[in-house]
Amino acid sequence: MEVQKTALYNIHKNLGAKFVPFAGYEMPIQYREGIVKEHLYTREYAGFFDVSHMGQFLINGKDDLTEALEKIIPADLRELKINHSKYSFLLNDEGGIVDDLIITKRKKGFSIILNAACKENDVKQISKYLKSSFKFVLDNQNSLIALQGPNAAEILERYFPGVKNLKFMQGGDFIINNKQSYITRSGYTGEDGFEISILNDEVENLIKFFIENKVEPVGLGARDTLRLEAGLCLYGNDLNENINPIEANLKWAISKRRRLEGGFKGYDVIKKNIEEGTKKIRVGIKPEGKIIAREGVQIFSDEKEEIGFITSGTFGPSLKSPVSMGYINLNFSKEGTNIQIKVRNKFYSAKISKLPFYKKNYVK
Amino acid sequence: MSEVKFSKNHEWVQLKEDIAVVGITKHATEMLGDIVFVEVPEKRKIVEANDQTAVVESTKAASDVYSPISGEITEGNKIIVDDPSKVNTDPEGESWFFKIKLKDKSEFDSLMSKEDYEKFIKENKN
Repeated sequence: MEVQKTALYNIHKNLGAKFVPFAGYEMPIQYREGIVKEHLYTREYAGFFDVSHMGQFLINGKDDLTEALEKIIPADLRELKINHSKYSFLLNDEGGIVDDLIITKRKKGFSIILNAACKENDVKQISKYLKSSFKFVLDNQNSLIALQGPNAAEILERYFPGVKNLKFMQGGDFIINNKQSYITRSGYTGEDGFEISILNDEVENLIKFFIENKVEPVGLGARDTLRLEAGLCLYGNDLNENINPIEANLKWAISKRRRLEGGFKGYDVIKKNIEEGTKKIRVGIKPEGKIIAREGVQIFSDEKEEIGFITSGTFGPSLKSPVSMGYINLNFSKEGTNIQIKVRNKFYSAKISKLPFYKKNYVK
Repeated sequence: MSEVKFSKNHEWVQLKEDIAVVGITKHATEMLGDIVFVEVPEKRKIVEANDQTAVVESTKAASDVYSPISGEITEGNKIIVDDPSKVNTDPEGESWFFKIKLKDKSEFDSLMSKEDYEKFIKENKN
């Protein structure tokens, strides 16, 4: 398959991006300043991220569409208000997570933001459940830009008047020069911020405005350190088809009604996991000292019994310490429990930590 | 000024009598990005040329640092262990990784000169 580029490819290049292949796209991993500075700048002021590689799936339909989607997405779509968003998943028959996503109720149906690496397969999975009367499209006319950081609202308000009134996980249409953008107050960094779905031929103007207003570009590298500090999962690392949402400690994302009523793919397994508990669960892990425990590192008890594995790990620039996430036997999952991690064949002490490692308040 | 030579694994080696000082090149640090973890060998450790001898980690990934020459470690640089970001700021000066008592000078002689190393980087860019 040919490597794809987003509409901003040349702008990234001019901003000094280092590119890496990611899910079939050439994406900036970092810019001139580097991951640590990009990370800290996002936490202190604001950064923008090109996330146009992600799937923007749009479906039109009425109540029968809601009903169809509820069969594969365990969110309470029936109760979801127009322009409100929920974090949810696509599940397989065993309750495993096929993808994690953000679904937003729109005037004419729903929009769903999907992971880049999963989007083609997701569309296949979803379309099996859709009647031919539902019109759907994996949008390639619009770019997707995230603006994240404590100054995000004040800055974006000057470009899209009214965005500051959006509450967290709510969205709306914003029209500039007769061109419509859809903006949600959301993101994946632990900061306040927005995701802006904007026409490919309008996106350059928005980026120019950002740069004039001292918003710095942020690559996938800092996106990863930011989301990890915020305790958010990366699909493919922390979530996959063999892990269900209860094990992933994401039970909160399945609404009470859906937990009780079921009626979605994988419900039997999930119900059983809720009632009987899981064997393993996703936790935060803080290694002692500076040692970094990355994906694949095994976790042991103090008695050297293998009890889990790391799925993501890095150095957290805001915490100034290493941070990891992983899965561990339920008996060892309590906050503060001492564990041993095996890095390069040596054992190091670590502790189970609460998630998120880093917390800021979202605008509610 | 004593002679500095370079390896294909992007280490530099400076020879001071029979002690070689080893670090990673500026080019290597630029490829790695922000360095956040360093592990250096213990004193008296015996290493062979091209043995994995130290570790350097950026926010993105962990990489091995190899010893371009054989010998006995006389010192690991604790300064960069305490503050790994120093490797980014002064990779070819203060932020050396380890010192090694040279066993075979011909190993040092066979390493690349600065000019050859710069040519090597250019050729491997594409």
